[in-house]
Amino acid sequence: MGGGHGETISVTLRVWRQDGPDEPGRFDVHHQTISTDASFLEMLDLLNEELNAAGEEPVAFESDCREGICGTCGVMINGRAHGPQKATATCQLHMREFSDGDEIVIEPFRAAGFPVVRDLAVDRSPLDRIIEAGGYISVGTGAASDANLTPVPKVAADQAFDAAACIGCGACVAACPNSAAQLFTSAKIGHLGLLPQGQAERWSRTETMVETMEEYFGSCTNHGECSEACPKEISLDFIAFMNRDYIKAKVRNRALTGQH
Amino acid sequence: MSMDSDTAAGTGTSPRLDSKVPAGATADKWENHKFSMKLVNPNNKRKFDVIVVGTGLAGASAAASLGELGYRVKAFTFHDSPRRAHSIAAQGGINAAKNYPNDGDSVHRLFYDTVKGGDYRSREANVHRLAEVSVNIIDQATAQGVPFARDYGGLLDNRSFGGAQVSRTFYARGQTGQQLLIGAYSALMRQVAAGTVELHTRAELLDVVLKEDRACGIVTRDLLSGEVTPHSAHAVVLATGGYGNVYFLSTNAMMCNVTAAWRAHKKGAFFANPCYTQIHPTCIPVSDDFQSKLTLMSESLRNDGRIWVPNGMDDARAAADIPESDRDYYLERKYPAFGNLVPRDVASRNAKTVCDEGRGIGPLKNGVFLDFQAVIARDGVEAISAKYGNLFDMYHRITGENPYDQPMRIYPAIHYTMGGLWVDYHLMTTVPGLYSIGEANFSDHGANRLGASALMQGLADGYFVLPYTIGDDLAGLLGQTAVPTDDPVFTEAVRGVEDEQKRWLSINGTRSVDQFHKQLGRIVWEHIGMERDKAGLEQALTDIPTLREEFHSDVRVLGSAATLNQSLEKAGRVADFFELAELMARDALEREESCGGHFRSEHQTDEGEAQRDDENFAHVAAWEWHSEGTAQTRHREELSFEDVALSQRSYK
Repeated sequence: MGGGHGETISVTLRVWRQDGPDEPGRFDVHHQTISTDASFLEMLDLLNEELNAAGEEPVAFESDCREGICGTCGVMINGRAHGPQKATATCQLHMREFSDGDEIVIEPFRAAGFPVVRDLAVDRSPLDRIIEAGGYISVGTGAASDANLTPVPKVAADQAFDAAACIGCGACVAACPNSAAQLFTSAKIGHLGLLPQGQAERWSRTETMVETMEEYFGSCTNHGECSEACPKEISLDFIAFMNRDYIKAKVRNRALTGQH
Repeated sequence: MSMDSDTAAGTGTSPRLDSKVPAGATADKWENHKFSMKLVNPNNKRKFDVIVVGTGLAGASAAASLGELGYRVKAFTFHDSPRRAHSIAAQGGINAAKNYPNDGDSVHRLFYDTVKGGDYRSREANVHRLAEVSVNIIDQATAQGVPFARDYGGLLDNRSFGGAQVSRTFYARGQTGQQLLIGAYSALMRQVAAGTVELHTRAELLDVVLKEDRACGIVTRDLLSGEVTPHSAHAVVLATGGYGNVYFLSTNAMMCNVTAAWRAHKKGAFFANPCYTQIHPTCIPVSDDFQSKLTLMSESLRNDGRIWVPNGMDDARAAADIPESDRDYYLERKYPAFGNLVPRDVASRNAKTVCDEGRGIGPLKNGVFLDFQAVIARDGVEAISAKYGNLFDMYHRITGENPYDQPMRIYPAIHYTMGGLWVDYHLMTTVPGLYSIGEANFSDHGANRLGASALMQGLADGYFVLPYTIGDDLAGLLGQTAVPTDDPVFTEAVRGVEDEQKRWLSINGTRSVDQFHKQLGRIVWEHIGMERDKAGLEQALTDIPTLREEFHSDVRVLGSAATLNQSLEKAGRVADFFELAELMARDALEREESCGGHFRSEHQTDEGEAQRDDENFAHVAAWEWHSEGTAQTRHREELSFEDVALSQRSYK
């Protein structure tokens, strides 16, 4: 068909290939000529078409909504989680962000907590373990009172939303030199801790979630790379909120249970 | 060729389609029925295993609620996490008859609007129940911490959406689906932690297993190891979404598919109204052959944007260079009362008409302008940015064009499918013990879904309907153990799935799965898309089987079944799309009327609007599978309208 209005560029790809979690990996080099109207993942789709035609197995990579909201996609592009464009998940990145002659290094998210599954796909299930440890408000179906019974100050609701915008992609972990998951965890703790509905479990939630996080991920040393890489631009302020609540939780939870 | 049961049995509801709608006045049915259903006592609930497949809004809310009740639940998703399901991409909002704005909304009005909006092709009793429980959903989600928009007094804000005359839509910026799914997902994870739900991720359903005509379990493939595993239960719930990706290009996520529903269909579950598909009018047009999916621009943009094309054919001037006198604001011209806010099906068809006339715009002449210059001049850039900033940025990222300076280019795209597995009032399919909820079933939207109603239906089914109705069925099974997974019905199903994997890998043809999918999508879009006619549908019924045969003999799937193999996964899904596409064409061919998203060009009013035939087609068409190579039989469930009078929709 053709006929898009973008230009065509030639790029050299260095793509990480790894057959399985315990297999050694390598970089394969491919040359692609591509319209700048194509998305980054459509460029990989085309590469896979060519590989398949040549009898080579396609590159495994994950994506689903391709609208930047489901959090399924995510690779390191030239060393940056989700690539060069700010506030943009890999699936929303387009080739017009690159120039003719560029070399593009494509790797999986690199973190001890995210073992490689195959090629560019990793296992991010530890993030679900953190949510399982308390990332919810305990209200069974049917137990809710009328939604307007408890007014929520607009400023609190808006701030809670800013945290709740997290898509769980794991870019924060991949971008962190320590592979820490503080931004992800604090986004959930902030979301629920800022709302009146979340107060009853605020302290116990913070304690269990932080401690589960520490089982899988590294420690935060305040680099701020996480927030830079975050496609939803979640603020470092939530990490401060979480740290403050964690200290308080250690005291309050003990006081509540009588263990001084 | 088998004979239609219609023709054989004349008119009237097929005996196979007992809707089990309770007696009594529509408004009292659900309330009375809740009392008449059998209960399972709390100690006995833990003796029942329930499988829930899919963890979108419907599946996650159902699995969480059933777990809370004490059932032993196994939840399955083929994603790496339950939070990825495509419910997450819904932008606009969720309807509920709360009447907080005091503008005259009520359960009855939401019920009425939904039946009318569905062009009188849905079951009144189901829709009324949906409207009743809509208010509970908002309470539940708010209690879970879903950050709905609020006003400065801290109370919940509402907006009017999709042409509704009352403000009943609750929203969370442009990410309502995401926030509601995170709410349901967190409820689910709470039950995982409590041990009532066993969560299986990266597990794809590849078969539904029956014993003595009752659903007794499923077979899944682990997408990482390739391991094929049987799972048994007293009941199986499919919450596996819609089939929009049969068109290849749609606003659905890449992995959305019909496989679970289709394989259930092949085990005896009737598939209802497959030709009812919804086209969303405001999507970014296709830009090139490499395009992998289409992106929706929220319908709310039509509140302020003006839609137009040039008067003349092949006008290649930039929008700014086309004077007002050379522009055709065709919706405002044809529908002065509703203008740019006509319903989705009407807006979509009109965009197709002007593009077919050769007046389409953009490099491929495949779009119409959605222009904000007038409103920017009136309200200023800042006001528009506050309202639509996210959407404008997304458009800019994707197209490279700045919508503050030049109009957006838009075109309709497939967005939602109203058809799906036939279910009765209990949400049970025609296979005992097998349920279907959310977009996967056909139930509540008739021939056209209203904006902000998909989230409502998914959560209604999962939180407030299925957890009640499933108990009535399970109560009768007390004392029966689930069929053991070493039963021959399971070993045979496992072998079938393993053989299928081997078959894909052994064909070693020349074309990729995606190439076939793309070709299929073109046929379906061309002939079973926005406008259908007899000749085109008959053409589709020739083209689809031809391409399907090529697919089965010439597809190339490389690699092994024992690892993550995304081509192998897709092969099975596309195979099912081929079979579904053919049924869509037959369903569209047999429905000799136009209604909602199904527009047959032979059946239109003098003004070019959809013309229903209530005398002959006020029924659900539900198709029964027989065997490979034999055509499905069409059954009908007659629809009766006691509370809503049938009338012709008009938006002039």
